[in-house]
Amino acid sequence: MTFPAELKYSKDHEWVKMLDGATALVGITDFAQSELGDLVFINLPQEGDEVTADEAFCDVESVKAVSDVVSPVTGVVEEANTELEDEPQKLNEDPYGAWIAKIKDISAFGELLSAEEYEAFIEKK
Amino acid sequence: MKLIFEKGAPGQHLSLLPACDVPEVEIVSPRAEAPELPHLSETELTRHYTALAKRVHGVNDGFYPLGSCTMKYNPKINEDMANLPGFTNIHPLQPEETVQGCLEVLHTSAKLLGEITGMDAMTFQPAAGAHGEFTGLLLIKAYHKNRGDEKRTKIIIPDSAHGTNPASAVMAGFTVVNVPSGPDGCVDVEALRSAVGPDTAGLMLTNPNTVGIFDRNILEITKIIHDAGGLCYYDGANLNAVMGVVRPGDMGFDVIHLNLHKTFSTPHGGGGPGAGAVGCKALLAPFLPGPVVEETENGCHLAVPEHSIGRVKNFCGNFGVVVRALTYVLTLGQEGIPEAAKNAVLNANYMMKRLSEKYTMAYAGPCMHEFVMDLQDLKAATGCSAMDIAKGLLDHGIHPPTMYFPLIVHEALMIEPTETESRETMDEACDVFLALWDLAHENPQALHDAPTRTPVRRLDEVGAARNPVLKYTPND
Repeated sequence: MTFPAELKYSKDHEWVKMLDGATALVGITDFAQSELGDLVFINLPQEGDEVTADEAFCDVESVKAVSDVVSPVTGVVEEANTELEDEPQKLNEDPYGAWIAKIKDISAFGELLSAEEYEAFIEKK
Repeated sequence: MKLIFEKGAPGQHLSLLPACDVPEVEIVSPRAEAPELPHLSETELTRHYTALAKRVHGVNDGFYPLGSCTMKYNPKINEDMANLPGFTNIHPLQPEETVQGCLEVLHTSAKLLGEITGMDAMTFQPAAGAHGEFTGLLLIKAYHKNRGDEKRTKIIIPDSAHGTNPASAVMAGFTVVNVPSGPDGCVDVEALRSAVGPDTAGLMLTNPNTVGIFDRNILEITKIIHDAGGLCYYDGANLNAVMGVVRPGDMGFDVIHLNLHKTFSTPHGGGGPGAGAVGCKALLAPFLPGPVVEETENGCHLAVPEHSIGRVKNFCGNFGVVVRALTYVLTLGQEGIPEAAKNAVLNANYMMKRLSEKYTMAYAGPCMHEFVMDLQDLKAATGCSAMDIAKGLLDHGIHPPTMYFPLIVHEALMIEPTETESRETMDEACDVFLALWDLAHENPQALHDAPTRTPVRRLDEVGAARNPVLKYTPND
């Protein structure tokens, strides 16, 4: 399981990659995809959606269950990764490459951890 | 195995249909192409359906402890009653005076089921549980709207709820507010208190809940909702644990649905059909779907309630299912109904105790009619998941328990034996569960490979979900 050092992580198992001061890519962590199992469907946010830190903005479905994806930031969806609609398995195969949404106008962050802190957090679970 | 469309040959036929007793009419605009119907002899047809029947598993084949589904035995007397000619040779558009017996069945069923649940009125139109939820929520919506209180847009649902609850609420046009469960598996009362407000339309709750625990704060919970101006909806999925012992109406619920195909022993699965009867307190009765049966001095009549939300299904719903459920209620009677509930609880506790020898329980006992095991530690120790144990059970002729539900338990197996299983059957099943636990430690690969003795091996669930093939294309 990998946790790239350049990313930030939420306790709800999302990652954040800052592109500039107010724009970021978000996705789900390697730990999240491994816990969820093989993903078969994603319900993506729409361009222009306002998202709020610590509130669900997307959901993913595995053969086990449907799970909310909780936004780690407050902002506006600039773009959703529509490639995932046809190939949700990319979330399993390449969790840090398969970003879910690009969020712009970020005005607030939820609690975010460093790679080291996140790894320690999931080990405790 | 071949589909029926791939069997037979032109020229084969059978004579199962009775002679036509009405004048034959030629269809004026015939189809451009003949429909591709199978041509089979009676022998071939019988063999086809017998072969299909051999490949399924139902309560008549073996143990079926599917949690939250109450797969109890369906007594054959139910079928005898539903097959009486007075119930089968009728038409829904027949004059009322010629179907008084049928209307009386609906009226008596509403009265008896209302007594069991503490409700004042009932509709039998909804065809299944989720359909009942949707109908019940429309009643709540109509109630608030009728009072001119249009701000109530939110339905509160605990995180242990059946997935259909939030789905039904959204379908009915509400916004869902999730409240967490405490470590005891019950609703976090303080979280509930802070979630209610002038926008609260109502609460949806299952009691006992999906982890098999009776929420002891239920009176406080329904009071919090009522004090905030909302109404309380009871999901009847788990009524089997308490029927005839405690009434949802007395717990403070205003509207409920009953899964007649679970609790009241009518056929379940494979299309049933089901029946999600919806009962309510008097304050919601004017909004019920119509028609409902009213009893007068001159017999029973169908009438549409004053502020009816309209029909949710044609005619009076799946009438034959109501006949079966009424048969069950009358067969068991006032003493048998609570006795069945108590035995359902006793059976679940018996299995929980025996399986506790090796398996970890998600919540400490005693349980109600079902219990949830948490297989996270087994998975960590052996690599065998709840899915692998479930697949292993198939090789022993046991239908797996509900898996990966409720979502608040991670490697969940949820077991509901029901009251209609004998101690011997439960002992055999417990022996299998305990043997599979040992197998997981001794030879995990054997469980990863299971099932090996079923007509088909492990199915590709991921492939089926990612690339569903939903349409049959005939081979030319």
